[in-house]
Amino acid sequence: MIRSETWSKQEMEGAAMPILEFKNVSKLYNGSTKALSNVNFTVNQGEFISIIGPSGAGKSTLLRCINRLIDVSEGTVIFDGEDITAVKGKELRKVRIKTGMIFQHYNLVDRLSVVENVLHGTLGRKSTLSGMAGHYTEDEKKLAFEIIESLGLSEQAYKRCDALSGGQKQRVGIARAIMQSPKLILCDEPIASLDPKASKVIMDHLAEINRTKNITCIVNLHQVDVALKYSQRIIGVSGGEIVFDGSPDELTQETIHRIYQSSSSDLITDVSGGQYEQ
Amino acid sequence: MSSKQMSVFRKRKITYIAAFAIILALYLFSSLITEFHISEGVRAFPDAVMWMAEKLIPDAKAFERFPKILEKLFETTLLSVAVTVIAAVCAFFFSLLGSKTTRLNGIINRLVRMIASFFRNVPDVVWAMLLMFSFGQNILTGFFALFFTTFGLLTRAFIETIDEVSSSSIEALNASGADFMQIVFQAIIPSSVTGLITWVLYMIETNIRSSTLIGILTATGIGYLFDMYYKRLEFGSASLVVLSIVVLVILIEMLSNMLRKVIQ
Repeated sequence: MIRSETWSKQEMEGAAMPILEFKNVSKLYNGSTKALSNVNFTVNQGEFISIIGPSGAGKSTLLRCINRLIDVSEGTVIFDGEDITAVKGKELRKVRIKTGMIFQHYNLVDRLSVVENVLHGTLGRKSTLSGMAGHYTEDEKKLAFEIIESLGLSEQAYKRCDALSGGQKQRVGIARAIMQSPKLILCDEPIASLDPKASKVIMDHLAEINRTKNITCIVNLHQVDVALKYSQRIIGVSGGEIVFDGSPDELTQETIHRIYQSSSSDLITDVSGGQYEQ
Repeated sequence: MSSKQMSVFRKRKITYIAAFAIILALYLFSSLITEFHISEGVRAFPDAVMWMAEKLIPDAKAFERFPKILEKLFETTLLSVAVTVIAAVCAFFFSLLGSKTTRLNGIINRLVRMIASFFRNVPDVVWAMLLMFSFGQNILTGFFALFFTTFGLLTRAFIETIDEVSSSSIEALNASGADFMQIVFQAIIPSSVTGLITWVLYMIETNIRSSTLIGILTATGIGYLFDMYYKRLEFGSASLVVLSIVVLVILIEMLSNMLRKVIQ
């Protein structure tokens, strides 16, 4: 719904400005296990893309090649006009500042408060010493509280993160990513550990950030119905290869089965027709 | 029940019986070799208790020495605390190199783990014996003996604590562009600090116990007093030493339990 209201395909392509490009990217683990093979795709500024595919298909690897948590074995990754395939040290930090990341298990520092976790988003821009000491400027603190409020976490701002619910933790994760003022947000199974209600809140927040701040979002998802509902474009990954790349309208049942390498009626989506349907 | 299910249960029964038989055989074999018989041990027990009741009650002379015993006890405690704290600081930085999530270099990582495991696996008493050759019967011998084992054990324990507690937040901060030292202070220390302190408290307790034993070897601290009284056959004083150690260890244990509750 969000998709059809705000975007048409033409508009999207009209504003086309590539922010990310994968050229013949492959990733081998231990020199033999192929996690990605010959992956090619281009992402435009402001797109909301879902990556779907079975567990172990290489979705997480693909996402982590973008911010170089994983080094690619072959090929080129171009981000924001720069070849980042082999950048190191300071240059790599610059890339990572521009890409926020959201995780399935939130990956917060549980014993610190919400606002401290959100402020971690500024560490990349800080000097080593002031980052170590946790010394933040008034402007940074003000921004952190604004972001916390926009995600509806004002009451939790001073609470320790281990006192929060899953949905709240994930909102802290989003806040931390936004705090970086990124150009791109990578989401690795952001709703896989959440109930349907919290999942909707998280996906709505991501869609809103994408819309209002024009931040590109790439989201790994297990739920095909969620991908269909929220994204402008879906990439289907299977066995380390891209087997589908197109708009949600083009994603047929057949293609879904091809992505998940299953026969018809083997998938949960065949049964329910989408548990997130309103 | 099918025959397959039956055979599973029968197998389990046979395993238990076999295990019991093996343990019994091992016991019989070793008691034959060492000429130790449990019946004799049990028979000797009442006599031993009678002897203890007769000789080991602290006498007036022992209480005269009490201030001196306390002084040595205090010295031993302080040494254990000092050793543990210094070893903990070294072990923390070492464990950052040895942790899987923070490691900077694969070779250093393996080297650190090997060094830690070597220091840990040589018992502190053996370290004390070794170090006596170079330092003689000196407080430094005890210090280093405790330092080495504590360092080895804490490095290992810290590596596991860090890996277990903070690997996910390390990944997140890494992804946001934070550098190594920022990650150490903003993610690793906050999330693992209770675990680390628990280990340090445990090592302080252990070291107070071990330092008594090492003191006998190196003729320092409370161990030396015990050894001296015992060899002079002044059992009353020796037993007062033992009693005060027991009280101290219990006190420290209670104190560290309290601390652990506070820092949760």
